[in-house]
Amino acid sequence: MTVVTDIKRKQDLCRDVAETSGVKKMSELLKISGLHASIDADGTPKEILRGVDLVIPPGEVHAIMGPNGCGKSTLSYVLAGREEYEVTAGSVSFIGRDLLAMEPEERAAAGLFLAFQSPVELPGVNNANFLRTAVNAVRRARGETELDAVGFLKAVRAATKNLSMSDDMLKRNVNVGFSGGEKKRNEVLQMTMLQPKLAILDETDSGLDVDALRIVAEGVRNLRSPDFSALVITHHQRLLDYLGPDRIHVMAKGRIVRSGGPELAKQIDVEGYASFLAEAA
Amino acid sequence: MPAVTETREQVEKLGQSSYKWGFETDIEMDFAPKGLNEDTIRLISARKEEPEWLLDWRLAAFRAWQTMTEPTWAKVTYPPIDYQDAHYYAAPKKKPGPKSLEEVDPELLRTYEKLGIPLHEQALLVGVEVPEGEEARLPVAVDAVFDSVSVATTFRKTLSEAGVIFCPISEAVRDHPDLVRKYLGSVVPAGDNFYAALNAAVFTDGSFVFVPKGVRCPMELSTYFRINARNTGQFERTLIIVEDGASVSYLEGCTAPMRDENQLHAAVVELVAMEDAAIKYSTVQNWYPGDENGLGGIYNFVTKRGACRGARAKISWTQVETGSAITWKYPSCILQGEGSVGEFYSVAVTNNHQQADTGTKMIHIGRNTRSTIIAKTISAGQSDSTYRGLVRMMPKASGARNFTQCDSLLIGDRCGAHTVPYIENRNMSARIEHEATTSKISEDQMFYCRQRGLSEEDAVGLIVNGFCKDVLRELPMEFAVEAQKLLQISLEGSVG
Ligand SMILES: Nc1ncnc2c1ncn2[C@@H]1O[C@H](COP(=O)(O)OP(=O)(O)OP(=O)(O)O)[C@@H](O)[C@H]1O
Ligand SMILES: [Mg+2]
Repeated sequence: MTVVTDIKRKQDLCRDVAETSGVKKMSELLKISGLHASIDADGTPKEILRGVDLVIPPGEVHAIMGPNGCGKSTLSYVLAGREEYEVTAGSVSFIGRDLLAMEPEERAAAGLFLAFQSPVELPGVNNANFLRTAVNAVRRARGETELDAVGFLKAVRAATKNLSMSDDMLKRNVNVGFSGGEKKRNEVLQMTMLQPKLAILDETDSGLDVDALRIVAEGVRNLRSPDFSALVITHHQRLLDYLGPDRIHVMAKGRIVRSGGPELAKQIDVEGYASFLAEAA
Repeated sequence: MPAVTETREQVEKLGQSSYKWGFETDIEMDFAPKGLNEDTIRLISARKEEPEWLLDWRLAAFRAWQTMTEPTWAKVTYPPIDYQDAHYYAAPKKKPGPKSLEEVDPELLRTYEKLGIPLHEQALLVGVEVPEGEEARLPVAVDAVFDSVSVATTFRKTLSEAGVIFCPISEAVRDHPDLVRKYLGSVVPAGDNFYAALNAAVFTDGSFVFVPKGVRCPMELSTYFRINARNTGQFERTLIIVEDGASVSYLEGCTAPMRDENQLHAAVVELVAMEDAAIKYSTVQNWYPGDENGLGGIYNFVTKRGACRGARAKISWTQVETGSAITWKYPSCILQGEGSVGEFYSVAVTNNHQQADTGTKMIHIGRNTRSTIIAKTISAGQSDSTYRGLVRMMPKASGARNFTQCDSLLIGDRCGAHTVPYIENRNMSARIEHEATTSKISEDQMFYCRQRGLSEEDAVGLIVNGFCKDVLRELPMEFAVEAQKLLQISLEGSVG
């Protein structure tokens, strides 16, 4: 716990410096304003996000909680650039850039990472090869030198060791035949290797046993620095206990209806969403 | 209007194409006049100083061809081909053997350079003297079929020390007439089919390989095919004979110059494997596929067949087909020897307006013969691809087994993939298994890859290479790398 407090102090220092030096950008890594998005449901547009407002400063961990179907995954897809969703109003800035104008791979290169709620299987594609291709694509886009086979192997070994993962998963095809928990761990491994500025974790804690949950939390905590933020979508108090989020946002019916400190999560745990749903109506 | 004239006019208006390896060499050519008749055949035969029996064989094939019509059962369409509107013989002008590379036609060297043939190998190719020991370092023997005449053959010495004959077929006719006479047309008879008959009548060159009893060929044998002369159909003829207990791995690779006319290519490849012999025949085919509108590409009508004559003989075909406007090709195995083995590993990629009708035939004649077919078909753009495979178990093929796996991958929704298996079983103890799948690259997969920073093309490349892995790993190492690159290049622009 002392480590965490240390980092927190560092962040606070950072923010102070940023604010006093007047660099406004530093206080908002991600800024979502009045975001509306809909999906084509059998020919008729169905609005799912109905005016989302959210700000994540650098170095902070935020959580989104909310009932099933309120639009949490949709928000993560829209942020990552999934084409099926049409943004009808609002704006999103990420490190000062217009996120919505960027291609998905540009967003990834800029440092946005999404750990999928349901990671996709890629039959025939070797996991290590996929990871290396991704890491090098991102490094190239960031103007960094690409990792050769040896350099990559070193980095990935270190990462798997850190996550108490076995190397076997690297030899298999991407997510093919992986158990639910293995898929989630694989997402965390990718996150670790890609070194994002903002990681969105969509229910990465769901379906994990206690040990795996700790590993995932460790994965996020290892990355914590003034240059890393996370947006954690979860239904469970437990992950939040490990992570110690800075802010909790409650989403209902496509909007953030309340934001607060960690105590908000405890309130939800006890009371459920009834009162928030009433607010959203 | 004949197809060639029509496409020429249309293509000339289109200007620059995106075909990466589209270049054309300008070397003085020695042409036969346009047209196809007995005189053309006599001219070819005379130019090549062929024996009487071969001329007779050609003329018989020509007469048979005249009575035949082009097959129409394949799922391909193209304007009628005017067989009289082509040259049937073209040879680079002969010069006395060069003393050094400086004396070699620089155009020819430039072609080799674009093909990526290293300089010291180029020297060997054009027949420049090389210091002792030099050739031993080179792992691949190249017999360059530069247009119809093999310009040079390399590694003759290393090979001949091992007793292996590897030379242009015209030379084999001269130096090893008995072998050629015995085996030529013994697997693909002169009148086998329309294109094979045409080939028998007018073939101008190709490779000949003979590996004697018990010899493992000390190197991979490779041929670069180039289609280089405007309006010259290519009629290569390859004959590979491997005796008892011997083995060879033969690579055939080609890229073609940018063309402004449709070009007919009707090659014939015959393989003969005796007892315990093994032949591995690998192809990477990347002929000009035509532009985005399907104009100007090469028509590739090939007959490839191997006979496992002896017990436990093995013939393995591996092909990666990315090029040509039209591909009509069914490398086959005739499994006569008891316990002989036939394999067919294929990746066929079609994009834009390409059409491919390809597959294999496995004819099980002997007892306990086995065959494996792995066919991967990838279609993108508005292309159309058909896998057509025949597995026939003859009455005496007791205990014979076949396993067939056909997988199709579609990219986009304007392309087509078809699987047409023909199964004929006349022996109750023979076993035939057939599996087929069709899949699409899903939006979920694309998005997942792009979220990890991959471009659409990288993502498709990765998924496609994964899809083809089982076939690619059958290729010799250096070919596999080239093939992977080729797959990606041929699918460029197929998504998004
Ligand atoms: N392709 C689609 N067609 C129609 N409706 C859709 C589509 N995709 C999402 N939706 C709807 O949008 C709403 C929000 O879905 P989303 O997946 O964002 O919810 P969520 O908050 O992540 O829920 P959960 O907690 O169950 O993961 C749901 O009602 C869902 O049914
Ligand atoms: Mg969800």
